[in-house]
Amino acid sequence: MASLSIRNVQKRYGALDILKGVDIDVGDGEFLVLVGPSGCGKSTLLNMIAGLDDISAGEIAIDGRRVNELHPKDRDIAMVFQSYALYPNMSVRQNIAFGMEMRGVPKPERERAIGQVAKLLQIEPMLDRKPSQLSGGQRQRVAMGRALVRNPKVFLFDEPLSNLDAKLRVEMRTEIKKLHQRLGATIVYVTHDQIEAMTLATRIAVMRGGELQQLGTPHEIYTRPNNVFVAGFMGSPAMNLIPALVSGGDGGPMVRFSTLDGGAGLALGADLARRVRPGQEVLLGLRPECFSDLGDEHSRGLPTFACTVELTEPTGADLLAMLTLGGVETVARLRPDAAVHPGASAVFAVDMTKAVLFDPASGVRI
Amino acid sequence: MKASLSMKRAETSDGERGATPTGARARRPSLIDRIGDQLPKIVVAPTFLITLVFVYGFIAWTTYLSFTRSTMRPSMVWEGLRPHERLWGNPVWHTALGNLGTYALLYIGLSTLMGMLLAILLDQRIRAEGALRTIYLYPMALSFIVTGTAWKWILNPGLGIEKLMHDFGFQDFQFQWLVDPDMAIYCLVIAGVWQSSGFVMAMFLAALRGIDGEIIKAAQIDGAGLLRIYARIIIPMMRPVFLSSFIILGHLAIKSFDLVVALTGGGPGNATALPATFMYEMTFTRNQVAVGAASAVVMLMTVCAVIVPYLYSELRPKGGAHG
Repeated sequence: MASLSIRNVQKRYGALDILKGVDIDVGDGEFLVLVGPSGCGKSTLLNMIAGLDDISAGEIAIDGRRVNELHPKDRDIAMVFQSYALYPNMSVRQNIAFGMEMRGVPKPERERAIGQVAKLLQIEPMLDRKPSQLSGGQRQRVAMGRALVRNPKVFLFDEPLSNLDAKLRVEMRTEIKKLHQRLGATIVYVTHDQIEAMTLATRIAVMRGGELQQLGTPHEIYTRPNNVFVAGFMGSPAMNLIPALVSGGDGGPMVRFSTLDGGAGLALGADLARRVRPGQEVLLGLRPECFSDLGDEHSRGLPTFACTVELTEPTGADLLAMLTLGGVETVARLRPDAAVHPGASAVFAVDMTKAVLFDPASGVRI
Repeated sequence: MKASLSMKRAETSDGERGATPTGARARRPSLIDRIGDQLPKIVVAPTFLITLVFVYGFIAWTTYLSFTRSTMRPSMVWEGLRPHERLWGNPVWHTALGNLGTYALLYIGLSTLMGMLLAILLDQRIRAEGALRTIYLYPMALSFIVTGTAWKWILNPGLGIEKLMHDFGFQDFQFQWLVDPDMAIYCLVIAGVWQSSGFVMAMFLAALRGIDGEIIKAAQIDGAGLLRIYARIIIPMMRPVFLSSFIILGHLAIKSFDLVVALTGGGPGNATALPATFMYEMTFTRNQVAVGAASAVVMLMTVCAVIVPYLYSELRPKGGAHG
């Protein structure tokens, strides 16, 4: 187990900037998830940590030792690939043993290590099968076994769950989390799935266009996104971004926005109120769960507004109500038995302590 | 109410007739329609007939001839196994079989090895790969006659390599494999390998390009060097290509004829005789059609021994427990 530091790392292919200087420090035993849309450079960064891609500028260090010039095999890392990348001509046992064999680990020790990993991942019955005889989930386990058996300093995961079906993906996600808790390993995990990022990470690095947008714990990323991109990317349904105007009021500044029935205003909390001035245009960021109906006990004492509900989507656990606020479609997540009906007006309470404001021009949080 | 019901019935029955082809046929199909239905069979029929007569028919006829008293001209007089006994009593036939063994072993082995090496080298993302690939593949476009003639000149002591070295001043240089009865068979191997290795290379290159790059990355992280990656992972993954190239080169070796005719003419003496040249000589110059036919039958059986297991393994339904 070890720490990993990425200092101003850049990657260029000719004139094309893939990574524009990324700084991340990963502590011992941390689970860092790199998340972002396709082409944001997250996989490139992972390959650079692994040593499969050159580093154009900057430095990567594992346990304080610069590894820029080290061959992948000398970095003491293990990687799990999206396609599993199992060696098709070898049995599961040989696949897991291959790395140790290449490092000259004696056979009895190899057998013992394979036995331990096979037990941990419950792949003992299939040790003598070929990868082509395994299901997707089993291959995934073998690929993880191949990484675990070497007991490396840093584990790298490159979208390991994206080839699995939805049910298996959730199962394997839980298993990876359990493994991390049991082993206390340092892990860097790449995914484009924000739910995977939220559930697995101890810290998340959100990336876009080769730049780090925000680095923080899942809670920080979720409640205090740095900008509208992070706000929209993390969370499902996404954070509502409602164009609004700050105005002065009796009880302090308010945000006003249009609704289908005219307009509405909500008082800003003291913390936010200090950072805006009347007349300023803002984007009001509200997570769907900030809304509640008046029947909900959480709604007591919260500012309210009335609005026509356009559509409801019961998901079983919640009721999603679609509203148009400030001219944009807005989702409110309510109790499953909330008394709202499509086409009818309803009163919503809003937890403004969880609201965030963004500057509409730059997209940065105010 | 009644009217609308009957109308509905009429509509549905009309619709059904239009929808199903059997309904359409019941309505007296035109001649064009009937020809159209049969067109694929009509187009394939001549080829089928020609193949039936000129391939399978002549195989049957040759097999029959190998049991007759045919000499200069085919004869239908049954003679049982006598021609086969004469064939196996002929020392030249044994020489030809021995030569075939040497030639096939070296030709298949070296072509596969050369082809694989070329493919591995070409797969290293080198410059001008397209041009090089074409250059290596070109010999396959030549007929064996051209290859044989070219190599006859190159290997000829008075014209080719030996003369070149003499002209350079190396007067003692000797390279006389073509006229040496012990070595002439290796000249066939050289020319054959030169012609076929480019083709084998193309097959290996296609397979190498199909390998998932992540497997190679995984092996790098596992600590395997380039040589180990090839020896332990990539080359074992090429097993189907080895099989295909063995089949293709194997049947080419067994039916080798034109290369021998152009390069050595079967000589010196009978040093480079192969079953195919033996068959030709017996049938068309020595007036022993029955013995020639017998040797042809043996060759056919040899080719079958190579091809049939391959076809069996390729054509049987997949999905067994084999990896």
